[in-house]
Amino acid sequence: MGEVFVIVEHRLGEIRDITLEMLWKAGELGQGLSYKVTAVIIGHEVKSIAETISDRADKIIILDDERLKNFNADISKEIIAGLIEESRPTLTLIGNTSWGMELAPCLAVRAGLPLATDCIDIMIKDDKPTAQRQMYGGKIFSNVSFTPSAGYLLTIRSGVFPKDKIGDRQAQIVQKDLPPKDIPMRKDFIEFAETAAGDVDITQAELLISVGRGVGEEGNIPLIRELAEALNGLLSCSRPIVDKNWLPKYLQVGTSGKSVTPKVYIAVGISGAFQHLAGITGAGTVIAINKDPKAPIFRTADYGIIEDLFKIVPVLKEKVLEAKKG
Amino acid sequence: MDIVVCVKRVPLTEEVDLIVDEQKKGIKKEQLAFVLNDWDNYAIEEAIVLKEKHGGTVTAVTVGTEDDEEVLRRSLAMGADRAIRIEAGDMSRFDSLGVSRILCRVVKDLPFDLVFTGVLADDDYYGMVGMMMAEELGINHANMVTAIEIEDGKARTTSELEGGLSEVSLIELPALLTIQTGINEPRYVSILGIRKAAKKELKVMDLADLGLPDEELSPRTIIEEVFLPPETEGAQILTGDPDKIASDFVEILTRKGVME
Ligand SMILES: Cc1cc2nc3c(=O)[nH]c(=O)nc-3n(C[C@H](O)[C@H](O)[C@H](O)COP(=O)(O)OP(=O)(O)OC[C@H]3O[C@@H](n4cnc5c(N)ncnc54)[C@H](O)[C@@H]3O)c2cc1C
Repeated sequence: MGEVFVIVEHRLGEIRDITLEMLWKAGELGQGLSYKVTAVIIGHEVKSIAETISDRADKIIILDDERLKNFNADISKEIIAGLIEESRPTLTLIGNTSWGMELAPCLAVRAGLPLATDCIDIMIKDDKPTAQRQMYGGKIFSNVSFTPSAGYLLTIRSGVFPKDKIGDRQAQIVQKDLPPKDIPMRKDFIEFAETAAGDVDITQAELLISVGRGVGEEGNIPLIRELAEALNGLLSCSRPIVDKNWLPKYLQVGTSGKSVTPKVYIAVGISGAFQHLAGITGAGTVIAINKDPKAPIFRTADYGIIEDLFKIVPVLKEKVLEAKKG
Repeated sequence: MDIVVCVKRVPLTEEVDLIVDEQKKGIKKEQLAFVLNDWDNYAIEEAIVLKEKHGGTVTAVTVGTEDDEEVLRRSLAMGADRAIRIEAGDMSRFDSLGVSRILCRVVKDLPFDLVFTGVLADDDYYGMVGMMMAEELGINHANMVTAIEIEDGKARTTSELEGGLSEVSLIELPALLTIQTGINEPRYVSILGIRKAAKKELKVMDLADLGLPDEELSPRTIIEEVFLPPETEGAQILTGDPDKIASDFVEILTRKGVME
């Protein structure tokens, strides 16, 4: 019987959604192939985390130690490499998160296992996985396979699998100690830092008009702001606008920004990268304005306007003002 | 402070219809324009900023063809001191591990306190070369870095996590950092600047001379097939002249209750 390892991601005492999503996928693979699902929790005082997933895994391996309080990719790598050597799981799933993207490649080299990152689906045939991924900003999909190996590492994109429980499992809990070998600490955790709050809160807005890199230059932002003002909505943006310092970080929508839940979200000159879309899954209606008919945003938006924003936005603004007057 | 920055040239894919090649292993690139990967642009800038503050050298390295020298010239024009291209022939022979091993082989012989890569490259989106290098080199690392301060031979790094949260760490050098966009404001590069930088050293090394055994470079992660995104229902496109589109737009907003 094969086994799937799911490396549990948790932060500040809370399990992260990506963990539940990976457990769902592992559970789904397990049902078809009778794989055993094993969750691996590394941290300190993680009992409650183990409890939340005790009916989603067949086995939970816990490494609980004061020294594991803060995530450290090197230490996690050593621990997981040891566990993989011991149990030889067919698959090891890790979140394609900031922490996972640091851990997985190191682990691949350390354990000598092949890795595919940012996977959006996994197919298994004859105990060999094929992973589906995206390239070129989501304009191309690819299926990736591996040369035969004792095991395979995959990192999983957030938000592609359900967070639900699948199947009925009752986890056996296995406590392990930190390997006696001294793991050098060459990185000291100092603190968590949060983005400064601004004078507006886009997470509370009913209507957001969001500007992306398609706006071209900073001097064009007022064009979009005026549309937002005409509509009595708030202005938000994609990441490149913040990277360029054209708008403050607290207006950024997406994985590394805010998740928003407006009734209507209007994306102007935004391509629809998944890190952006991840921030608008809770939006009611999405309207995209983009001059590229192949822009990925049109795949998920409810309404699309395929136009040059410089041409269409002023017309939209006038029509809105007209409607509000009349 | 000696810094090595690994850079990559990637195609621009917005507003073009990408075409899958005959072998279904990649896309046709003949018609595409290429640029320095956005993340690497920030990485080069950060290296130069640190050099300006602390002294030292900046070396830009890429594995690729002669065409890829374009991004090295750009790096030199931004302020890198020298550049190295490793000629490795057909790049589709390698997976990320192979590329990271080639880079490591070259980086090992250079003086360095820091090695930078971008968080990921805009083309294949794997995001693993950097951290594989860190492990291969056996050096310390931090991922998705949005701020760096050098203090007493250590780097104080800010790593971006999700949802606006960051993590501050203190790490011993040498270290490999993957650089996230927004860490700085990359300087503008003029054509003249690129021309002037032509005087700087751009060394070409041949993969065959690096003495890397074939089996270390043979890919373990293999692209079976690439294809266009599966059809979705997609957005309902508003059509007609701008005035008609604008009327439909207002009508939708009214229906959704946001046109009070
Ligand atoms: C770890 C990580 C975290 C990230 N977090 C986030 C995040 O939280 N939020 C986020 O947004 N991104 C995030 N990103 C970046 C993300 O991958 C994309 O790079 C980014 O979302 C692209 O922004 P954009 O759509 O504005 O720009 P682009 O992708 O450059 O798209 C611009 C669009 O504008 C269109 N356009 C150009 N000119 C015009 C015109 N005149 N009229 C109409 N349309 C036009 C183009 O066709 C194109 O589709 C993250 C990336 C990483 C690696």
